[in-house]
Amino acid sequence: MEKDKFILGGHEFTSRFILGSGKYSLDLIKAAVENAGAQIITLALRRANSHTDNILDYIPKGVTLLPNTSGARNAQEAVRIARLSREIGCGDFVKIEIMRDSKYLLPDNYETIKATEILAKEGFVVLPYMYPDLNVARDLKNAGAAAIMPLGAPIGTNKGLVTKEFIKILIEEIDLPIIVDAGIGKPSQACEAMEMGAAAIMANTAIATAGDIPLMAEAFKKAIEAGRTAYLAGLGRVKDSASPSSPLTGFLRN
Amino acid sequence: MTKINGEEISLPNPTTIKDYLTLNNYRTEAVAVEINGNILPKSSYDSYVITEYDTIEIVSFVGGG
Repeated sequence: MEKDKFILGGHEFTSRFILGSGKYSLDLIKAAVENAGAQIITLALRRANSHTDNILDYIPKGVTLLPNTSGARNAQEAVRIARLSREIGCGDFVKIEIMRDSKYLLPDNYETIKATEILAKEGFVVLPYMYPDLNVARDLKNAGAAAIMPLGAPIGTNKGLVTKEFIKILIEEIDLPIIVDAGIGKPSQACEAMEMGAAAIMANTAIATAGDIPLMAEAFKKAIEAGRTAYLAGLGRVKDSASPSSPLTGFLRN
Repeated sequence: MTKINGEEISLPNPTTIKDYLTLNNYRTEAVAVEINGNILPKSSYDSYVITEYDTIEIVSFVGGG
């Protein structure tokens, strides 16, 4: 079999696990990235504090940085954050996150389309985090998104693939990588999304809140790989009545 | 009064962005600087002299999902 590559905005990856770097100690980032086999890691932009360590020192070389626009409440703020992130000199990738509500952190799809259009024109590899709506996904594609990142459940909830049926529709209808982002709480859920044909999984809280962070990163890696392989293999069919797996030879009945 | 990352600051001497970053232990390669809503290119850090009318944001990456 030809090597299974994950192409994102013209860049080639072999890992389909995008790891978040929030909510855990900088000291664990390297081990988590290594155990995850992750080639992409997300970051956030904040006012600098000269007294804290620089996260970039903890990320292994060669890992693609994916800054998010968290904190943005509209397209204009997301564009501002994206441009500042790029100015630091860490490439053209950006994950658009625009939220107006802090209880459920649900993305504002309309503002996300606007930001995607502006940033794609400026040459960014735009990965919009969105609420799984087919029409919005089409608009994001037309606006120049490099992939679509529908949420499985609200950010940080670990509730899993609550929006499963709607993500399936996006996978079926949208000719772009569908990366399930947010809500994935366990490796089995990541595996299920990959079996469905998701192109990749983005996870943070599930790993950050695990008992052993690097070990959970490894568990996710294996689940994502298993799910991908199962998708490529093509899942077996489902039937209502039994179908014998062993030949029912007749020697016990004459 | 100059405003940097939300705090009002008065700078007694002419100070460039580079001077300010160095003086306050910021690493220039790890930050981006915005002056009055416009990004200041890194190549201008040592030529841009901060004025009392400037609102400056100095940002860097932190962990996030």
